[in-house]
Amino acid sequence: MRWGLNIFWLMGKELRVLWRDLVLLLLVVYSFGPGMYIESSGAGEAINNTAVTFVDEDRSSLSRALQTALYPPYFLPPNEAGPDEVERMLDWGETTFVVVVPAGFEADVRAGRSPTLQVNIDATKTMQASIGTGYLTSILSGEVQRFAARADLVEKPPLDLVVRRAYNPAGNNVWLSAISGLLNQLSMLTIVLTGAALIREREHGTIEHLLVMPISAFEIALAKIFANSLVIFIAFVFALFVIVQGALDIPFAGSEALLIAGTVIYLFAAASIGILLGILARTMAQFALLIMLVIMPIMILSGGMTPIESQPIWLQPLTFLLPSRHYMEFAQAITYRGADLAIVWPSFLWTFLLGALFLGVSLILFRRSVSGG
Amino acid sequence: MGAEAAAVARVADLRHRYGDTTALDGVSLDLPPGLMLGLIGPDGVGKSTLLGLLAGAREIQRGRVTVLDGSMADNAHREAVLQRIAYMPQGLGKNLYQELSVQENLDFFGRLFGHDGPERRRRIDRLTRATGLDPFLNRPAGKLSGGMKQKLGLCCSLIHDPDFLILDEPTTGVDPLSRGQFWDLIDEIRAERPGMSVLVSTAYMEEAERFDWLAAMDAGRILATGTPQDLRTETGKEDLESAFVSLLPADKQHADGPLVIPPRETRPGGPAIVARNLTRRFGDFTAVNNVSFEIERGEIFGFLGSNGSGKTTTMKMLTGLLSASEGEAFLFGKPADASNIETRKRVGFMSQNFSLWGELMVRQNLTLHARLFHMEGTVIAERIAELLAEFGLDTQADAFAKDLPLGLKQRLSLACAVIHSPDMLILDEPTSGVDPVARDEFWNLLVRLSRRDAVTIFISTHFMNEALRCDRISLMHAGEVLVYDTPQNLAEGGGSEGLNETFIRYIRQASGDTEPRQALATLTEDARPHRRMGAGLTRLLAVSRREMLEVMRDPIRLAFAFLGSMILMLMFAYGISTDVEDLSYAAFDQDRTPESRAYLANFEGSKIFAEQPEVQSADQLRERMQAGEISLAIEIPAGFGRALTRGQPVSVAAWIDGANTTRASTIEGYVQGAHASFMSNRMIREGQVAATPLVNIEPRYRYNPSFESLPSMAPSVPAILLMLFPSILMAVSISREREIGTITNFYVTPTGKLEFLLGKQLPYVGIGLANWLSLTAMAVFLFGVPLQGSAAALALGALVYVFASTGFGLIIAVFTKSQVAAVFATTIIAMMPTVQFSGLTQPVETLEGFARIMAALWPTNYFMQMSVGAFNKALTFGELWPNILLIAAFTPVFVGVAALLLKKQEA
Repeated sequence: MRWGLNIFWLMGKELRVLWRDLVLLLLVVYSFGPGMYIESSGAGEAINNTAVTFVDEDRSSLSRALQTALYPPYFLPPNEAGPDEVERMLDWGETTFVVVVPAGFEADVRAGRSPTLQVNIDATKTMQASIGTGYLTSILSGEVQRFAARADLVEKPPLDLVVRRAYNPAGNNVWLSAISGLLNQLSMLTIVLTGAALIREREHGTIEHLLVMPISAFEIALAKIFANSLVIFIAFVFALFVIVQGALDIPFAGSEALLIAGTVIYLFAAASIGILLGILARTMAQFALLIMLVIMPIMILSGGMTPIESQPIWLQPLTFLLPSRHYMEFAQAITYRGADLAIVWPSFLWTFLLGALFLGVSLILFRRSVSGG
Repeated sequence: MGAEAAAVARVADLRHRYGDTTALDGVSLDLPPGLMLGLIGPDGVGKSTLLGLLAGAREIQRGRVTVLDGSMADNAHREAVLQRIAYMPQGLGKNLYQELSVQENLDFFGRLFGHDGPERRRRIDRLTRATGLDPFLNRPAGKLSGGMKQKLGLCCSLIHDPDFLILDEPTTGVDPLSRGQFWDLIDEIRAERPGMSVLVSTAYMEEAERFDWLAAMDAGRILATGTPQDLRTETGKEDLESAFVSLLPADKQHADGPLVIPPRETRPGGPAIVARNLTRRFGDFTAVNNVSFEIERGEIFGFLGSNGSGKTTTMKMLTGLLSASEGEAFLFGKPADASNIETRKRVGFMSQNFSLWGELMVRQNLTLHARLFHMEGTVIAERIAELLAEFGLDTQADAFAKDLPLGLKQRLSLACAVIHSPDMLILDEPTSGVDPVARDEFWNLLVRLSRRDAVTIFISTHFMNEALRCDRISLMHAGEVLVYDTPQNLAEGGGSEGLNETFIRYIRQASGDTEPRQALATLTEDARPHRRMGAGLTRLLAVSRREMLEVMRDPIRLAFAFLGSMILMLMFAYGISTDVEDLSYAAFDQDRTPESRAYLANFEGSKIFAEQPEVQSADQLRERMQAGEISLAIEIPAGFGRALTRGQPVSVAAWIDGANTTRASTIEGYVQGAHASFMSNRMIREGQVAATPLVNIEPRYRYNPSFESLPSMAPSVPAILLMLFPSILMAVSISREREIGTITNFYVTPTGKLEFLLGKQLPYVGIGLANWLSLTAMAVFLFGVPLQGSAAALALGALVYVFASTGFGLIIAVFTKSQVAAVFATTIIAMMPTVQFSGLTQPVETLEGFARIMAALWPTNYFMQMSVGAFNKALTFGELWPNILLIAAFTPVFVGVAALLLKKQEA
C-alpha cells in the first residue's frame, strides 16, 4: 500500500500545482468548451453550399428547371456564366461545378436524341467533387426524367431504391465531428499537459528532489498520469454532457457510462504518451516539435478523418499502434450504434495495452533522462 | 550646474511593488559621479530592483529616476541614454548566450552598438586580452567557469564604452582567485576611464571595503550612505559586516551573538560517507576526476570550489541521482545506488536553488515531504509545528513557497530535508545568494543538527567564512580535489588573509595561472560611434545573425523541424484519402430468384465493395452493423423477382452505417450508381425504352483527371505544416529568452521593439522557406505531382505565408510567460483553424457559423488554395497575386499586435 499512498500524495501535489497555473487551465476550458463547440458545429455537410455555375445555351424551360432543381443546403442557387468565363472561374476557385447545357437540349430530349450534359468538376476539391458529382448527376437526371414523364416520354420505373442510413438517418456531419472533436481535444491536451508537467518539474529541479526520496519513478509517473488525466476527465465529462449532448444536441444511442469508462482507459494511454515525450525531449522546443509529430498522426489517422480501410495497406498496421484509432472505433460504436461491452472490449483492451507499453518504455528511460547522462 | 547637479543618477521617493510585496519603499538617493559605488544589504531588500530601475530594465511605478541628466520615465531620453549605460544582471552569465562562443557573444553586442568589422575586432581583442579570455574565444559561454562567465559578461558590458556601469552581484558564486581578478580588472578600467561611474551590489562585505562610496539597504529603504570609513565611524565598529548589522533595526540583529561551534564528539560506527576514485564523464568532458574522501559520522564536511568545479556532480553521485563512470561510493557502508530505497530514507537532500514546489504553501511543502517519507499521520502535525517554530517559519506557514524571500526559501528547503530526522544531510550550495544574517542563522541550525542530533552534514559552499566553520574541508577545482584537511591547518599556510590566500595559491598552482594579462590600454581612444541612419537595421540584423547562430547550435531542433515535417507530409499525403475502397458489404436476399441475384451482381467483383457472408435475418443485420462488421447491407424483399417481371412497383433497401457521415455519403453515391446501372441495363434488355438514354451526363474531372487524393493532398499539406512548425519554433524562441533572462539585453540596449521582433523572426522565416522547398521537392519528385503553374509566385506566397505564421508565433510568445504556456497556447490555438478549417478535408465554403469566420481570418486557407492552384491548375502569377496580397496582409497585423503588446521594460 506504500506505493498507493505515495501516488495519492504526489497526485495532490500535481493538482495543486496545476490549479495555480491559470493559463493552462484556461486553455483546457477553451478546448473543451467553446473550441469544441466551434469545431463541431462548424462542420456542415460534406457538401454544403456548393457553388454550381450553368452555361445555359439552350434557354428552355427544361434548362431552367435543371437550375431550380438545385437548392440549399447542398447547393447554392446556381449562377450563370458565359462559355468564355468558365475557365477563369474554375481557375480562381469561384465555382466547383460547371454544367454546360447545349443549345437545343430540350428539343433533343423530346426527340429522344439523348443529348449530352457536360459537367465540369474542380477535382482538386476532392471531397466535394466525389460526393457532389453523385448528387448532382442524380438530381439532374431525375429532373430530366420528371420532365420526360410529364411529357409522357417514359413511364415511371417500377423498381425503387430506398436508402436508409442507420444511426445517423439525416447524415448529420456534426455527429461525426463531435466525436472526432472530443477525441482530438482529449489526445492533444492530455499529452501536452502531462508531458509539460514532467518537463517543468525537470527544469525546476524538483524531479531530482523526488528521486532522492524513497519514491520510485513508477510512482512519480503514475501520479502525473492520474492527476493530469483527472483534470482532462472532468473537462471531458463536462464537454460530453453540456456541449455534445446539450449544445450540439447529439442523440446518444449507447451507454454514456461505457463511453466514460473507455475514455478513462484512453486517458491513461494518452498521458503515458505524454510522459514518454516529456522524457525523450531535452528542451521545451524539442518537446513542442515532438508533440506536433505525434499529435498530428494521432488526429489524422484515427479514422475520424479518413476511414481506416481507406488508408494505404502499409499504413494500416501502423495505425494499430495509435490508441486514438481504438478510441475512435469504440466511441463511434457506443455513441451511434449503441454497442455494448461485449462488442467493444477488444478496443478497450488494446487501448490499455498500448498505454502500458508506452508507460513501460518511459520507465526504462526515466532515470537516464533525469540524470542527464 | 551647481554641486546639486553633480550626480550620475538620482532617485527620489522611489516605490516599487510586485503584487503584494513591497520591494522599494520610498528610496531617495544621489549617486556621486566618477566613483566606485557599492550597494550593500541582505537579499530581498530591493537592491536588484533599484539597479534594474536605474538601468532602465524595469518600468518605474512611483517616484522619480534621473540617470545621466534625464528622467528614465521619458522614453526618448531612456532610448538615448541606453547607449551610455551598461547593465549586468544578477546570476552567472545571465545575459550571455550559452550556446554561442565568447567571440560570438562579444560580436553580437558590438553589432548591436553599431561597430563595424575592424572596430569590433579591435575592441574584442583588447577586452579579451585584458581579461585573459583570449585563449577561449571559440569556447561556448555555457562551458566557461563561473569566473570566466562573469569576465565575459563584463566584456560584453564594456564593449560600447559606457559612462555608467551597473553590476548586480557580479562575484556571487565565483571562486576567490577569479573574484580578485575581477576587481583588479574593474580598477584598471576605471583608471583608464576616470569619468565612468560604477555601481555594484554585493553580498560580500570584504569586497565592499574596496568601494569609494556605499549605500546600505534594508527592507526597501536606505539605511546609510557614505564611504566605508564613514560607516565604520558612524557605528563604531571595526569591520563593515558588523557595521552593517548594527545599522539594522534591533529585531533583525543577531539574537544569540557570534556563532559558537562546540567540539565534535567521535561517534561509533564506520565512516558515514566513503568515496573512492569517483569519476564522472559527460561525453568527452570529465566533470569529476578521481575524487576520494571519507566523512565521519556527525561531521560537518565542507566542499569548496567555484561553480562548475564538480561539486554538484559529486553530490549527485552520492545521492544516486547520477551513476559514477568509475569508482564507488558508500553511504553508511552500503553502496550509493539509485535503487536503494532504505538508504534514501536516511538521507536528506537539498539541491541547488532550493527546488521546492513554489505553487504549494510552506505547510503543504512540509506535509508532502512528511507523507512521502511515510511518517505517521499523528506525528506529522506535531513535527511540522516543531519545525516551523525552530526554523522561524510560523508566520509564513500559509504563504506560497514561491513568494518567500530567498533566505526563507532556504530555511524551508532545509526544514523539508530534515523533516524525517535523517542521519545524513547532503546540501548543495545552500547559502548561495543568501545574505550574511540569514547565513548565520542557517549555520546555527546546521550546528545544532550536527552536534545535538549527530547528523552527518556534507555541504558545498563558496564562502570562506563558512568553510572555517566546517570540521574538515576539501577544495575542488576543475573536477579534482586539490586539498583536503581541517580549515585550521589549511589557514595556517595562508598568512594574514588565511584560508582565502591558501585557496588562491592552490587554484593558481592547479591552473598554472601566472597572470599573463595585458594592461587594458587605450580602450577609449575612439569616440563613441555616432547614431547614424540604418542603426536600427544594423541592430535588427545583429539579432537575426545571433538567432541563426543559436539555431545552428541545436541541430536536433533543426532536424526535428525538417524531418518532422517531411514525415508528417508522408502521413498526410497517404493517410488522408477520400478514395473509398473495400467497403464491407453484405446481401440480405429474402427473394433468392434470378432477378435478385442479377441485382446483387452489380455490387460484386468491384474494387469498391468487399463482400461479406450473407445476412440471414433482420436481427443479424442490425447486430453485424452495430459491431462495425459491415458498412452496407442490400435488403431485397421476398417477391422481388415476381414483382419486377410483372412490372409491379417494388423497392430495394440499402442500409448504410451512417456513423461516419462522409463515408456514408460516398457509399450512397456508389449504391445509387449501381442501382441506376442495373435499371438502365434492364430497361434496355426489356426493350422498354430505346437503347439510348434520355440524357447523357458527362462528368469531366478537371485538373485531376484520375481523381485521386494525392494530387490535391500533396500541395495542401505544406500549408498546414508551414503554419504549425514555424509558429511553435518562433514562440518558444522568444519565451525561452524570457525564461533564461537574455531578454534583459533587449531591455537595456537601444534595440527597438520591431528590430527585436523582426530580427528574431527572420531566421525562422528562412527556416520555413527552406522547409517549404523540401516539402515541394517531395511533392514533385516523390509523389510525382508536377508543379504546373508559376513556381515564382508560389515561392513568394510561401515567403509571405511563413512571415504570417512566425508572426502568429510572436503574438503567442508576447502573451505567454513561460515556454510551457507558449507551446500549449500555440498548439491549441493554431491546430483547429489550421487543420480543420483550412479546406484540407472540408472546403471552406461548406463551413458554418464561427468556423467560417475563423477560416476567413486565418492565413492557411488562402495559401492552401494558391498552392493547389499553382500545382494542379497551372495558375500563373497573374492569377495568384490576390492570394499573395491577402496572406501578406496578415504579417503587419500579427507583428504589429506583437509589437504593441511587447514591453520594452520589465514590470
